[in-house]
Amino acid sequence: MEFLFDTATPLGWFIVKTLVILAFVVVLLVSLAFILLADRKIWAAVQMRRGPNVVGAFGLLQSFADFLKFVFKEAVIPAGVDKPIYALAPVLTLVMAFITWSVIPVAPGWVIADLNLGILYVLAISSLGVYGIILGGWASNSKYAFLGSLRSTAQMISYEISIGLVLITVLLLSGSLNISTIVEAQSGGFWNWNGIALSPLTFVMFPMMVIFFISALAETNRPPFDLPEAESELVAGYQVEYSSTFYLLFMIGEYLNIVLMCAMISLLFLGGWHAPFDFAPFTWIPPVLWLAIKICFIFFLFSMVKAIVPRYRYDQLMRLGWKIFLPLTLLAVILVAAWVTFIAGGA
Amino acid sequence: MEIETLLPALAFYLFAGVAVMSALMVVIARNPVRSVLFLIMTFFSAAALFVMLGAEFLALLLIVVYVGAVAVLFLFVVMMLDVDFVELKQGFAEYLPLGALLSFVLAVELIVLGATFRMPKEFVAQTPITADVSNIEAFGRVLYTDYAFFFEAAGLILLVAMIGAILLTLSTKKDVKRQKVCEQVSRTPKDGLKRVDVKPGEGI
Repeated sequence: MEFLFDTATPLGWFIVKTLVILAFVVVLLVSLAFILLADRKIWAAVQMRRGPNVVGAFGLLQSFADFLKFVFKEAVIPAGVDKPIYALAPVLTLVMAFITWSVIPVAPGWVIADLNLGILYVLAISSLGVYGIILGGWASNSKYAFLGSLRSTAQMISYEISIGLVLITVLLLSGSLNISTIVEAQSGGFWNWNGIALSPLTFVMFPMMVIFFISALAETNRPPFDLPEAESELVAGYQVEYSSTFYLLFMIGEYLNIVLMCAMISLLFLGGWHAPFDFAPFTWIPPVLWLAIKICFIFFLFSMVKAIVPRYRYDQLMRLGWKIFLPLTLLAVILVAAWVTFIAGGA
Repeated sequence: MEIETLLPALAFYLFAGVAVMSALMVVIARNPVRSVLFLIMTFFSAAALFVMLGAEFLALLLIVVYVGAVAVLFLFVVMMLDVDFVELKQGFAEYLPLGALLSFVLAVELIVLGATFRMPKEFVAQTPITADVSNIEAFGRVLYTDYAFFFEAAGLILLVAMIGAILLTLSTKKDVKRQKVCEQVSRTPKDGLKRVDVKPGEGI
């Protein structure tokens, strides 16, 4: 039996990698169930409601009940849709959301593919995420869905630019595109974390973290930038013609992307799996838990923004992306590059 | 055959086959949106071939630029077009001889080129690929030293093209109301409110 798990042979490597990926996916999906619940609970608490509280203790099993409900519902396919593309769109969204996670390290060495171009890979795959939305909207053969998908595409393309530029500042600082290396460069306590480091550069990097956070909201179509699915105008945007499992795939993909963005902020700006202090009581907590705590904290901010901030108007959204974030991030790239070359002693 | 050489060969033929087939489907697909989708598939297979060559950076760049940006714009345009598919297919037989002739000439040229072209010796491995340097680092070293001028010139050309495109589409209409955020934010009650003494029985 042992030869099956020997990573030196192609077969063993294949089997071991498949098992690792399966385990990762299961852990991700189960945590997603509770993150979804947390999102609804936080939203409810801000509005002084109770939120889901019937299924399981404190409603802990609500997401699993929802899952069963989605799966057992009838998949209604409207007339006049382009069936293959209509079915392809949600699958594409889900697959793109999952394969980005393959380069995200969750602890030292705990990564499925330790790519040297990890950041570029994340950027490439996240730019593909738009296809699920645009195809879903087009294939639905519905005006609401089409308008929603057009809005979403324009929005995602606009904010991808500022996300890319913010990423450039981070990788200038660590001189690598490998996410593990970027995290290792921030070891030794919170005063070394990119976002809140104790150095003059923090006046640039902290705003960059905020810009990344806001762009991530826009990129994942979260409120206050949820114009593609603005329920008051477009019913539910590109998802309006989808039901049952198809809709579930869209929703899981969307939330996976949100958690991915939280993970990216934690890894790039908040030291990833490093403890805030490099001594005893803090280092007892395993690295993967530190990362989870940071991801949960950022996700809490995501939910609070959803609960508190009113929706932007579309022209305001475009103005923010192109006229404010783009010049600011460009300036930051220049400043950080100058810092790295002239003050920090060359990369 | 050893499995270490068999697997890459199989992968190559898979990706190359998919690339060629989807390139063919771009031309013969009935629906233009599907054509664009097949085009994306072609890009993807090309990216996979780049990865097999060890050029991961090029592969990811291909996906970011062509799949992530150019093809999205294609898709945008094609979706918004009101295309009459029947009309589109009408000229097919008419253009078939010309198209066949062009593709025949192209194929012959490619075959002749492939059969006769030999890489001059001084071009082969001019910059040796070393294993310790990552893809992007090797690119950067070549791009910012030997070819710095060409790189900058390309950037300048793109800049000029961008400014030209903005100028061409820029239109300032006089009767369009625009939002000036700065003015809005700096507005005080002084600018917006006026106190009027209204005399009884008169109105304003």
